[in-house]
Amino acid sequence: MKYVDEYRDGNRARQLAEVIAATAAPDRLYRFMEFCGGHTHAISRYGLEDLLPDNIRMIHGPGCPVCVLPAGRIDMAIALAQRPEVTLCVYGDLMRVPGSQRNSLLRAKAAGADVRMVYSTLDAIAIAEQQPAREVVFFAIGFETTTPPSAMAIRLATEKRLGNFSIFCNHVLTPPAIQAILDGVDLADPDQVALDGFVGPAHVSTVIGTRPYEYFAETFAKPVVIAGFEPLDVMQAILMLVQQVNEDRHQVENQYIRAVNRDGNQRAQAAVAEIFELRAQFEWRGLGLIPHSGLKLKPAYAGFDAECRFEMPELTAADNPACECGTILRGVKKPADCKLFGTVCTPDNPMGSCMVSSEGACAAHWTYGRFRDIQRKAS
Amino acid sequence: MCLAIPAEVTELLPDEMARVNIDGVGKIISVALIENLKVGDYVILHVGYALTRIDPEEARHTLALLAELGGVAEPAS
Ligand code: SF4
Repeated sequence: MKYVDEYRDGNRARQLAEVIAATAAPDRLYRFMEFCGGHTHAISRYGLEDLLPDNIRMIHGPGCPVCVLPAGRIDMAIALAQRPEVTLCVYGDLMRVPGSQRNSLLRAKAAGADVRMVYSTLDAIAIAEQQPAREVVFFAIGFETTTPPSAMAIRLATEKRLGNFSIFCNHVLTPPAIQAILDGVDLADPDQVALDGFVGPAHVSTVIGTRPYEYFAETFAKPVVIAGFEPLDVMQAILMLVQQVNEDRHQVENQYIRAVNRDGNQRAQAAVAEIFELRAQFEWRGLGLIPHSGLKLKPAYAGFDAECRFEMPELTAADNPACECGTILRGVKKPADCKLFGTVCTPDNPMGSCMVSSEGACAAHWTYGRFRDIQRKAS
Repeated sequence: MCLAIPAEVTELLPDEMARVNIDGVGKIISVALIENLKVGDYVILHVGYALTRIDPEEARHTLALLAELGGVAEPAS
């Protein structure tokens, strides 16, 4: 596929790995967090960790919207779907995410709730048009990449005067999460992982641009390199980070210039600003309550806001105490450190959201990484 | 969920929609988030919407740079 295959060339990746090894100072440790699940996926799938020298460690960050959604919000969605008048439209990855009491939207559907998997907000709008007698609710979730499509759905619903369409909004913002991680990293605590730089989001940055990261690079003195999701993109970004660390620089650099610029997609930003506003705070799985990190519909669009329309009580639920999703999302522990990994918790029977989403650290490690662990132990 | 793929615009349709080609498979998507799109442009497609245009010049530039970096590691011959 054009703009994909040429960034997956294995020989080139190995050559690049040699350049990285030659550039990295042998006596120092480089700890880089890739924020996005898409990068975690690329790193696991193409075995990039095996190509990197031992003193470069990749830490898998919280950048998967499914993984950071707290169980309480899933419980709220299940309660909504169980209302007899409601058709709940969801992106497929959400169907198997466990709420509390091991319930999920898939189980609710099996028990008779009208839950539909959709690929796009446009599909949800079409369902609302086809079923005027039903209340069609779109379970909106995601970072800055999926928020503009949700905003466009509200615009469309307004234009078409759809009285039976609403959104259960769970959109969150990446910069406050990066801030929460940096604020929480305690350099004196050996259990905490200190960070030397970030591989910044690819598609989120197509929308918001590279500018929002300048603040972090500056304030926390951490280099950020925005990178595409193909393996060569990630390798090049790692090299750029190593160079910055070596030169004691902490700037925002852009590896993904073919799709990202400093200002982002302003049309998309305008659509989001027209429809949504900040929540005072929002709960993230593993990171807790983060101020100004989530979005809700503006009061003018309250008629399209499922939380207003159905008076949904705010539910909170404790995560399974054995599940290490929280520490894994903060980069403190690895999937294999979780007692449930691969025994009780597998992609067929996930206990936590990191195992559900294909971009989650646990699922990526299950699919691509666990045999490497066994080999390492054996050798 | 964040996985998005490059798609080639093959036909512009009414209501800010377009037909795209993804590795031989045709699909109809919304291009309402992008201005002045033309047939032949490549976009990044995500949950039914084109999020951004891929800049062919910059794509070539990145590939050239990657080739150059790779070349550095090759034994001098
Ligand atoms: S393996 Fe399962 S239970 Fe353990 S942290 Fe990952 S998702 Fe949670």
